[in-house]
Amino acid sequence: MNGGRSIILNRIREALRNNPAPRPHTSNSQADAAVETHGHAQRAWLPQVGATLPEQIDLFAKISEGLRTEFHRVPTIAAAQDLLKQLAAAGGWKKIASHSHHDTDALLQGIDLPVVRTEKGYAVDDLESCDAGVTGCEVLVAQTGGVMVSVESAGGRALSVLPPHHVVIAQASQMVPDLTAAFECVKNRYGKNFPSFMSFITGPSRTGDIERILVLGAHGPKRLTVLLIED
Amino acid sequence: MRISLFVPCFVDQLYPNVAWSVVRVLERLGHDVVFSEGQSCCGQPPFNSGYWEEARSAARVTMKAFRDAEVVVGPSGSCVTMIKVFYPDLFKGEPDELEARELAAKTHEFSSFLVNVLGVTDVGAKFDGKITFHDGCHGLRELGIKGEPRVLLANVKGLELVEMSEAETCCGFGGTFAVKYAPISTAMDEVKCASILQTGADTVVSNDSSCLMQIRGMLEKEGSAVKSLHLAEILASK
Amino acid sequence: MATQAADFQTLSRRYTADKGFRAFIQKALGGYYKKRDENKSNFQDWQGARDLAAETKYEAVNHLEKYLLEFEQKITARGAKVFWAPNAEAAREYILKVAKENGVRSIIKSKTMTSEEIHLNDALEKEGFGVFESDLGEYIVQLRKEAPFHLVFPAMHLTRGQISDLFQKELGSGATDEPEELTMIARDVMRRKYCEAEMGISGTNFAVAETGMISITENEGNARLTTSLPRIHVALLGIEKVLPKLEDLSLFLPMLATAGAGQTMTCYNTMYAGPRQSGEPDGPEQMHIVLLDNRRTELLADAEQRDALGCIRCGACLNVCPIFKNVGGYTYGTTYGGPIGSVITPHLRGLKDWKHLSAASSLCGACTEACPVKIDLHHHLLQNRRNGAKAAPNPIEKITFAGFSVMMGRPALYRFATGLGRIFQPLQGLVNGTIFDPLRAWTGSRKFPKLAPTSFHEQWKKERRGRK
Repeated sequence: MNGGRSIILNRIREALRNNPAPRPHTSNSQADAAVETHGHAQRAWLPQVGATLPEQIDLFAKISEGLRTEFHRVPTIAAAQDLLKQLAAAGGWKKIASHSHHDTDALLQGIDLPVVRTEKGYAVDDLESCDAGVTGCEVLVAQTGGVMVSVESAGGRALSVLPPHHVVIAQASQMVPDLTAAFECVKNRYGKNFPSFMSFITGPSRTGDIERILVLGAHGPKRLTVLLIED
Repeated sequence: MRISLFVPCFVDQLYPNVAWSVVRVLERLGHDVVFSEGQSCCGQPPFNSGYWEEARSAARVTMKAFRDAEVVVGPSGSCVTMIKVFYPDLFKGEPDELEARELAAKTHEFSSFLVNVLGVTDVGAKFDGKITFHDGCHGLRELGIKGEPRVLLANVKGLELVEMSEAETCCGFGGTFAVKYAPISTAMDEVKCASILQTGADTVVSNDSSCLMQIRGMLEKEGSAVKSLHLAEILASK
Repeated sequence: MATQAADFQTLSRRYTADKGFRAFIQKALGGYYKKRDENKSNFQDWQGARDLAAETKYEAVNHLEKYLLEFEQKITARGAKVFWAPNAEAAREYILKVAKENGVRSIIKSKTMTSEEIHLNDALEKEGFGVFESDLGEYIVQLRKEAPFHLVFPAMHLTRGQISDLFQKELGSGATDEPEELTMIARDVMRRKYCEAEMGISGTNFAVAETGMISITENEGNARLTTSLPRIHVALLGIEKVLPKLEDLSLFLPMLATAGAGQTMTCYNTMYAGPRQSGEPDGPEQMHIVLLDNRRTELLADAEQRDALGCIRCGACLNVCPIFKNVGGYTYGTTYGGPIGSVITPHLRGLKDWKHLSAASSLCGACTEACPVKIDLHHHLLQNRRNGAKAAPNPIEKITFAGFSVMMGRPALYRFATGLGRIFQPLQGLVNGTIFDPLRAWTGSRKFPKLAPTSFHEQWKKERRGRK
């Protein structure tokens, strides 16, 4: 079983022994300056993100809506509950799925539908026949207009991708400027005990595989709704 | 300035007027142009096909021809690229590596020389017509030449420049590629010519005669009225 | 000429003659160019991002052992199994073994070019496993029994009519050629497969050493489903895919999306750190990482071209290559086409049989310009040509260029020979376009210029010599 391992490692060592490759033609001084100013070099080159929360929420709104995410800013959890009820009525939802989480528990209070809960395991066919999956999230990323979910914050791996409509409930304080910040958050929260799954979700599922024409809902959810509580 | 003229082999044999145009423009600007008759070929054809030893034989003739030159100027993005960009690679580890690097450093493509070395953007030329410009790939991507021909053309009286959508797309010449992979080379030429025709220009201009040979070859075969000229010929017009 | 080289010529002739096909490909890429440029301009400095990406990949590839071992250690600690496959056969055998030992009957796959490279599907199907490609484009070409046309857009060469016919024939679906409806047909088929398959096989875009994670980039959600529901997850990756740090993804994910698909971010970018952990409600019980060498270490040993291992398989080079756009993906006759394929295939599959891919280029450099990690693609084509000429010179070329170097090495001889050319050119005119015409590769489609009556050399001598 380990035969392949030593073979490959030996090949690598032989390949690199006394055999330096030319460094790429880059401007190193620029990179050093970038690290000094921004802490992380990539922040100097990636799209700019405003420093304040309102700017970040606006940027998130602009990008996510361009990607067909239904983004709603609501003042209270009660307003979020109303919106969810409207979605359920308009969508003719018969059954939804969710998980136990501070925000989802609050959101689902008062909703009069059977809820498949995933946090202690579930039957796949049960989840597959739900009209919507309601989850929390780790953070929202302003720079990309996307939502980061994980096992803990979104009830496992499949809840946020199998049902045809994914609803995310989040607090404004969960907004972070960029992916670098998102990874920092995750490291702070979990230390070395990462969840086995985390995902950046940037809009509803899509494909361009047929004549490069955009179609939503290829395999994942056709609709993504993000409810952001700003209080 | 004493400028040594670099005349690529196919300019020498097929398009001598292009070389004369360079001479005329530089002399009009008050410079002294010399031509070393010891030139033959920069060595690009064997180099491109992977025969580097054979390329070095030709390249050494070029190096000898310009040994005493102060500055070397040529009307071809691809041949100047051969000297400026590839001679250092070609002669790496060879006894004459240093001379190759020195020649590379003092050689310039014509439009780049005018604008970046002489600081000249108006050569006092006059040319009536609507033209479109084809960016030869070597000049564009190896030498970074993009704005120089355009600023020179902008100052030519009577000339209207219209950009084609595929200006930066390769015309398909590529040296021996043009015959070794002729169907592909032809297809690329078709794309280029279609883009030229779309502009409604009456003349296509480039800073590389090899590209012009490819483009002109197809335009003439198709009986098109669109003419083709080297940038130097436009700049030499009065 | 080697068969592969001859096949290339045959296919390139066929595809370039099909103007409708070429126009279709051009149109398919038009939208990509526009969105790519928009997203590039959103970057504060796209060139700075490329520099950082190139540096990061340089670090990873030139310290490959260190980062692979760190990755293996971290992900193994989370319960994943790591298998090192020196070649395609070892990788296939391992995956077959895992499938057999676990009573797998049906396998669902998300997009992985590496699995194409090792011909995994054929091996699995021969052993009686049902294999389903879940990515829509891959599913379409699987039904057509074709290889993917492009690294990133497997079915970009097909019209909706062709796809409609295919679905009607293979799935018995209704007659519709609306992209949305066709997509929903595939979606419905796949949903059952996700729920039933015992094994999901995925590729890997990046492997993160620092945290022991693999990262998968997609738009459809099929990779997430492939890796969530089946009880076994097999992730296949080339050894060069490893990145040092988790935060490197914050640079690479947007760059991959922009260069590869003209998007800000693709829809799903997912990091997996092992199989289901205790307390997690779902996810595979087993995770197997298959690290594939398959001659990548030979490319690693070529210091001049080692940067080609930094490739993130974005496909940007294919999208800008005038050769690719005019001959299409199948002409290359191998897993990886376009510029990157032309660079690496001689290393991965043998210089002698595949050097023609490096010759079939005008060296325009658009690929190098487009590459997000600054691989020196077009110069590597030149280097492959040099290596090929040394290892297996074409006898006709060798003689021709020997003659060339003799002629050009002696300026007087050059002038004499070209003088002779003037005498013989009218003869060429007599055979122009016929099979006797030595220039017919050119003259078939283009006029060949006449030699000037006198060369510049002769004119200068006449007008200027002795003047000063």
